[in-house]
Amino acid sequence: MAVPTVESPRSGRVSPAYSRTRSSRGNFEMGAWLFMRLSGVVLVVMIFVHLWTSLVAGDGISQVDFGFVAGKWASPVWQVWDLVLLWLAMLHGTNGVRTIINDYAEKNSTRMWLKGVLYTATVVIILLGTLVIFTFDPCPVIDGVAHVASYCPTA
Amino acid sequence: MPKTPAGTLYRGREGQWSWVAHRITGVVIFFFLLVHVLDTSLVRVSPEAYDAVIAAYKNPIMGLGELGLVGAIVFHAFNGLRVIAVDFWKKGPRYHRQMLWGVVGLWALTMLAFSIRHLSVVFGGH
Repeated sequence: MAVPTVESPRSGRVSPAYSRTRSSRGNFEMGAWLFMRLSGVVLVVMIFVHLWTSLVAGDGISQVDFGFVAGKWASPVWQVWDLVLLWLAMLHGTNGVRTIINDYAEKNSTRMWLKGVLYTATVVIILLGTLVIFTFDPCPVIDGVAHVASYCPTA
Repeated sequence: MPKTPAGTLYRGREGQWSWVAHRITGVVIFFFLLVHVLDTSLVRVSPEAYDAVIAAYKNPIMGLGELGLVGAIVFHAFNGLRVIAVDFWKKGPRYHRQMLWGVVGLWALTMLAFSIRHLSVVFGGH
């Protein structure tokens, strides 16, 4: 008669019934934790450059107007810079606020509602910002009137 | 029945208060980010609409608000690097307190320099 054997916990072949991480979410929370640190390092560098170019260099805040944005986005480098900044900052911020909601909202329904609002805002803002960067026109014609600027062709 | 017993206070000192400050500055920055994407999106409405709203950022009260915002960002950035050091550097947990004073010191220096630059633009009358 065969003696029934129980696998050693370290055999790597533990029955799913005894697994401590049962959910299919897998390592989502660990991934989120790691994302905060990786994106954080990138964001420190990118946001400091962003603040330097708009608030310190040149004439500081007083230089910021439509022409300033047009000048920046004339270069694909700044387009990509701002696009990466938008996505990383929004995802980093959304995950941070998600953590705070999970910590302080005790009722299940409250948590679901708050996170629903949060995720909706995140999707809207990321899509809006991405569209704006890619469809930006430095010399728009609005109601038949062309925008007048030194960098625009004179018709 | 209250869920938490009355009269208790967790006295976590530097570690706890830097955690609180990290949360508060993070939320402040996040809400500004939402507004910032919305105001920048006005470049797709018209140059006049964008310039009109951005003009609001140039008055002295908003100038002080920007100083506060940059202060929040700089703290969150430096303290975030400290959190990473605590998590990944072998001696991080042992020196977390000293690192916090480093964060506060660097923050003060950065903000001193930025205040001189930014306030001279905001109040200097360009």
